[in-house]
Amino acid sequence: MTLSPKTMAAVRASGAVPNAEYLLTAEGVRKEFPGVVALDDVEFKLKRGSVHALMGENGAGKSTLMKILAGIYHPDRGSVKLKGVGIQLKSPLDALENGIAMIHQELNLMPFMTVAENIWIRREPKNRFGFVDHGEMRRMTAKLFERLKIAIDPEIEVRHLSVASRQMVEIAKAVSYESDVLIMDEPTSALTEREVAHLFEIIRDLRSQGIGIVYITHKMNELFEIADEFSVFRDGKYIGTHASTDVTRDDIIRMMVGREITQMFPKEEVPIGDVVLSVKNLTLDGVFHDVSFDVRAGEILGVAGLVGSGRSNVAETLFGVTPASSGTISINGKEVVIDSPNTAIRNRMAFLTEDRKDTGCLLILDILENMQIAVLQDRFVKGGFVTEKEVTAACEEMSRKLRVKTPNLNERIENLSGGNQQKVLIGRWLLTNPRILILDEPTRGIDVGAKAEIHRLVTELARNGVAVIMISSEMPEVLGMSDRIMVMHEGRVTGFLDRAEATQIKVMELAAR
Amino acid sequence: MDTNIAAQGTTSTLGGSRRRMPPELNIFLVLIGIALVYEVLGWLLVGQSFLMNPQRLTIMILQVSVIGIIAVGVTQVIITGGIDLSSGSVVGMTAMISASVAQASTWPRALYPSLTDLPAIVPIGLGVGIGLIAGIINGQLIARTRIPPFIATLGMMVSARGISKWYTKGQPVSGLTEQFNFIGTGIWPVIVFLVVALIFHVALRYTRYGKFTYAIGANVQAARVSGINVEAHLVKVYAIAGMLAGLAGVVTAARAQTAQAGMGVMYELDAIAATVIGGTSLTGGVGRITGTVIGTIILGVMTSGFTFLRVDAYYQEIVKGVIIVAAVVVDVYRQKGRKKS
Repeated sequence: MTLSPKTMAAVRASGAVPNAEYLLTAEGVRKEFPGVVALDDVEFKLKRGSVHALMGENGAGKSTLMKILAGIYHPDRGSVKLKGVGIQLKSPLDALENGIAMIHQELNLMPFMTVAENIWIRREPKNRFGFVDHGEMRRMTAKLFERLKIAIDPEIEVRHLSVASRQMVEIAKAVSYESDVLIMDEPTSALTEREVAHLFEIIRDLRSQGIGIVYITHKMNELFEIADEFSVFRDGKYIGTHASTDVTRDDIIRMMVGREITQMFPKEEVPIGDVVLSVKNLTLDGVFHDVSFDVRAGEILGVAGLVGSGRSNVAETLFGVTPASSGTISINGKEVVIDSPNTAIRNRMAFLTEDRKDTGCLLILDILENMQIAVLQDRFVKGGFVTEKEVTAACEEMSRKLRVKTPNLNERIENLSGGNQQKVLIGRWLLTNPRILILDEPTRGIDVGAKAEIHRLVTELARNGVAVIMISSEMPEVLGMSDRIMVMHEGRVTGFLDRAEATQIKVMELAAR
Repeated sequence: MDTNIAAQGTTSTLGGSRRRMPPELNIFLVLIGIALVYEVLGWLLVGQSFLMNPQRLTIMILQVSVIGIIAVGVTQVIITGGIDLSSGSVVGMTAMISASVAQASTWPRALYPSLTDLPAIVPIGLGVGIGLIAGIINGQLIARTRIPPFIATLGMMVSARGISKWYTKGQPVSGLTEQFNFIGTGIWPVIVFLVVALIFHVALRYTRYGKFTYAIGANVQAARVSGINVEAHLVKVYAIAGMLAGLAGVVTAARAQTAQAGMGVMYELDAIAATVIGGTSLTGGVGRITGTVIGTIILGVMTSGFTFLRVDAYYQEIVKGVIIVAAVVVDVYRQKGRKKS
């Protein structure tokens, strides 16, 4: 039996809710995106009054599943059942009206509206003239905050709040829908320890009220602290569900990775040359401070740290996107001033940015145009005219070498899969023949096959004497690929680890303090 | 994201190889369609052929040449994701100033026998140069203060119009030299338009300037990270647009053999309309000069056709507005359909 969301919502409103054991179940769910199978025959069951963690590496399919449960994506196959009744969610609003609320990683509050307005948007209490009753709205918010033990002024505009407070507002908003299911996507990624403790208190409280919580996290210790059960995903496949008291950390890692790490990261020992890039006391006021490190030819320097630790900011400053407030950058022993990406490129640096869509791809242009754009700064141009034949030949050769999967280079880059887009962007930089390559999350959100190819490529570049700086949130990637790891925490370097001594735990200790 | 993909190439799978059809083909078919509708209506309503009248067609293209010259610059601005509202006023300003130094000195010579007429190159160069300066000001404002192009060029639109009125306290300038008037006679405005179009068609497609222009329009952040000096490039683009508006002002004055402060009013909107009808996307990154040329001709055919059918001028404007919007709506839907398939 499958009911329409509207019917379900009406049934729910009448209070005649079937009392099934599972709040939410998914069976045989499959979801494909162009070039990638994001989910393949996946199942998921959420018990009433429990916290269920979703575990897996980036790209394992957790986010896709969660978005299906929240009505954002629609599964190609398979069924979703809400309290034992099949349901097809057509939109996030459908999900919300059926008691499924999602708290996104990137928060969705309106900065110029007050906390109360944000929480009750679309459901504002009205006075008898039909206008919004702000007094009542404030009282409702205060009551809600009291229940959740949140101390935030309902009248303050959201833009004045810290990220943590915004997170709390998001949670309060989700709770205000009297939701049965709360989906949280890495809710602690921007929180301090004390704030995390508060969040967990709220979660335990909600759990005791019978609410089911889907909790996505990369942090192992959180799993043991807050989750009752967890499900592991790998490469879009469902691996298994266990009670979190039954397993050890190593068991989970084995389930998540499921393959020998050495296979995945084809790191070779290559001769390490002289220092190419030397950074001393690099500071960007208010963002990061006194960052100093060297990178040698052929070396891969991994940069680890939590989101917000300033890793990407250091990369942007090195490349001149946000020039440094103080500190020095030397290349091959000569001090250089890098005040724009243009000067960085002239110093033979290259920078693969973290956000493929926002700062990488020229989405509406074709592969050729995307690939040639950086190299045109100083090659393949005669008297202002682009030497089309030569630059096309160079791009074709590059795309063959990187194995970009496309019928031809006139395809728009937005039609390619994430992995292939990433290869085109890497090709863009390799054409400039860099000696320093900065990679920020080079394999985020791309499928496993393409990932391995990119890792092979990075290794090969190191062998050819390129100095590589690789920022990554994926611990296995950092550990597997780096010769040395620099760890950052809150805008400062907290330590360096050599390949031999580096372990996940040591890195985490430096990253989380 | 769906709407910023106006007019890209259609992909054809004929013959096994995926090749792009020129995106202008659709716009060209629209042009033919409109012309044929007029042809049929012409026979039915006024008993004449619309197309078999070379004189009418010549006048038609002459009328839109000035709009076309402006539109070539506006197209480049819009490809970067910007807009230029100042071109009509710059036409007025440069028409006034260039005409004022192109005046024949027949009468003053009675008092000052040594006076000679300035060679036409001086007023022409002055007009183009002043347009260029207006464009540079636009570009600098946008690049340095990061105010929206809409506001920067709106300011220029108002001020340049003010200058053209202040310059002679509202008096028209007439009695221009034969040499200057020459570029406004016969088919010359059309030639200027087509030469300008050809130059910038080549520039956009085959030069680094062109590649960078599209890259900035497609994704300004990515363009910056790829080493493009976005600010300097934007100044270039707006400078070119200003320069072409200046050239259009010179041609306008030469064609009219006089200059008035009110010249070029609303030309910026006609130029934007021609650009958008020609398939350039207002969100940037997409557009071609060939499309703009066809868009310009469509505007001309529309106006000329209405006159031919003796449609009241009031109705003309109403219908013109509808057609401009319809052209873009159709394009947006076509793009959406293609994306889904």
